[in-house]
Amino acid sequence: MTTYQLSHLRALESESIHIIREVAAEFERPVMLFSGGKDSLVMLRLAEKAFWPGPLPFPVMHVDTGHNFQEVIDFRDRRVAEAGAKLVIASVQDAIDKGLVTEETGPRASRNRLQTVPLLNAIEEHGFDAAFGGARRDEEKARAKERVYSFRDEFGQWDPKNQRPELWSLYNGRHRKGEHIRVFPISNWTELDIWQYVSDEGIELPSIYYAHEREVFERDGMLLAVSEFITVQEHEEVQTLTVRYRTVGDASCTGAVESSAATVEDVIAEVAGTRITERGATRADDRTSEAAMEDRKREGYF
Amino acid sequence: MAELLRFATAGSVDDGKSTLIGRLLYDSKSIFEDQLEAVEATSERMGSEYVNLALLTDGLRAEREQGITIDVAYRYFATPNRKFIIADTPGHIQYTRNMVTGASTADLALILVDARNGIVEQSRRHTFLATLLRIPHIVVCINKMDLVEWSEERFEDIKAEFREFATKLEIGDLSFVPVSALLGDNVVDRSDNMKWYDGSSLLHHLEEVHIASDRNLIDPRFPVQYVIRPFSNEFHDYRGYAGTVAGGTMKPGDEIIVLPSGFTSTIKSIETSDGRVDEAFSPMSVTVTLNDEIDISRGDMICRPNNQPTIGQDIDAMVCWMTEQSKLVPRTKLAIKHTTRSARAMVKDIHYRLDVNTLHRDEHADHLQLNEIGRVSLRTTLPLFFDEYRRNRETGSFILIDEGTNATVGAGMIIGPTQLT
Repeated sequence: MTTYQLSHLRALESESIHIIREVAAEFERPVMLFSGGKDSLVMLRLAEKAFWPGPLPFPVMHVDTGHNFQEVIDFRDRRVAEAGAKLVIASVQDAIDKGLVTEETGPRASRNRLQTVPLLNAIEEHGFDAAFGGARRDEEKARAKERVYSFRDEFGQWDPKNQRPELWSLYNGRHRKGEHIRVFPISNWTELDIWQYVSDEGIELPSIYYAHEREVFERDGMLLAVSEFITVQEHEEVQTLTVRYRTVGDASCTGAVESSAATVEDVIAEVAGTRITERGATRADDRTSEAAMEDRKREGYF
Repeated sequence: MAELLRFATAGSVDDGKSTLIGRLLYDSKSIFEDQLEAVEATSERMGSEYVNLALLTDGLRAEREQGITIDVAYRYFATPNRKFIIADTPGHIQYTRNMVTGASTADLALILVDARNGIVEQSRRHTFLATLLRIPHIVVCINKMDLVEWSEERFEDIKAEFREFATKLEIGDLSFVPVSALLGDNVVDRSDNMKWYDGSSLLHHLEEVHIASDRNLIDPRFPVQYVIRPFSNEFHDYRGYAGTVAGGTMKPGDEIIVLPSGFTSTIKSIETSDGRVDEAFSPMSVTVTLNDEIDISRGDMICRPNNQPTIGQDIDAMVCWMTEQSKLVPRTKLAIKHTTRSARAMVKDIHYRLDVNTLHRDEHADHLQLNEIGRVSLRTTLPLFFDEYRRNRETGSFILIDEGTNATVGAGMIIGPTQLT
């Protein structure tokens, strides 16, 4: 007998599929941003579901800082091929080589903020009018205020004080040529929802999300991996620890957490009990100031 | 199975709304240590005597600087029984549009009343907006009970006054909880200070309130959102109509009619990528296949021959105007989005403007400006397939878009077809 009730995950899934289909129906050239991280993998799965048994009606795009974890890049390529999707790469290295952006210097240099320029250039070059992103409102307080359809002007800027009201499930995607809309179909999902969905759906994730041994050192209370992209300073002590990543971004600013969670079930138990937010634990880019995310988003960041 | 419950709160700086939300998040362990530390540090820097939990919800720089909530913020927490989405909105009259936005998807509204002040203009306005937006459940939190010596008499007086005012409104389910958000009494756990209160704590009420009957499961409505045609070898002749069920239930074998064409067929299958389902209901996103090949596109509506929405181009609705850049006046032309259908609309008439504080109807009104609500007649360029908003929030709602700026400028709740006299 039908109970006419949906579990919270099925209700969230349904809402996300509705949003993804709405974009495919109303925009001429949507693109889905895809990093190979857990949120974008869930978003990609939702997109596949939305158009099944048809193919994805849009390409996917990765903004590649050139400082990524190799495991994640390999995984990205395999997963995109499996989805039968076309992959567009917007490269931070290219933008540096062309002199469009200047690489930060010093031991704390990060390419995080540099992603905005190649992202906006690729959107312009390909004429994309909608770009799906995997951001969630529980991640960060500026994101908690952002719409599902987030209007960006011709400079890609977000204006938090002038957002369109968003009511019921009626989304307004109207824009002029040169402007675009960022669309966040998993806005209402939390970190725990993502992991429960990964478990329910059997979604494969890059291995770095699960416990593994890695050479790390501590900086600003975060565990950063020793890699070619980062300079370990003299006073910083390198040690081998069992860690996993809660978020996957640029290797120069994404921290690991000490963890022995080796399976999805272990991770769910860990996330359900954790007392630190995922960005707080692992993202140096948000620590610059209390409004670091808001400032970057105004410039056109994800 | 954990269900999803969306609730809306509205309030201003003084009534303890942010403290109450902070308390719910904190006591349900949904605030994280790093968030709390950041808030503690900022409170101290701003010279606040106590930890200002409002800083948790006020996410924008301008909000923190000015100490006010400007926009809707969404907050999340979960208990083993339910996952909650809070639409946290500012309470001042100048933010009516934000309240309307937050209320549009809510299953439940939390109305805060300061026990010392009783029912004030703002409590009436919030309650009225909640009923206008057809939020099925209303919970009145009578807060700051610690400041009225936990008085049962005070609680009962406010309750009686609220009930009297509420008789003029259409409220499905109304409850009252005496709380102290600051001290935590009756927020998560029952209070020892108010042994006379034999109801649930607020969180317990949120976990238990029956929401399964709130959706329309009577009138089948399926606005076609997207047509899936894979053109692959395996699915060569496949033609699926994708969308979200907006009302009623749908089963394979059901006779259907497609609007506006009037073609009829029967449902062959209801599919998701996880397999076929025996029955679909709101708010499931599914794909429907039919036994006959008929021409259907986005914006069409699949329903039952013996249960159809109203088809029409002349519509009466309560409209909330949401921009300061223009006014709604007769003959204003706008874009309208209703279900998956887009058209243009012209304002034919403004019947009255409603005072959201007194419910007085000003029948001489000739315009609506920012944050004003009134009854309006519209004429659309295409027929819409609609139900009364009170019967179905999905097929009874629309948004109005300024064709020059592309901004969303109006929100409409359909009363019915215009009565032509």
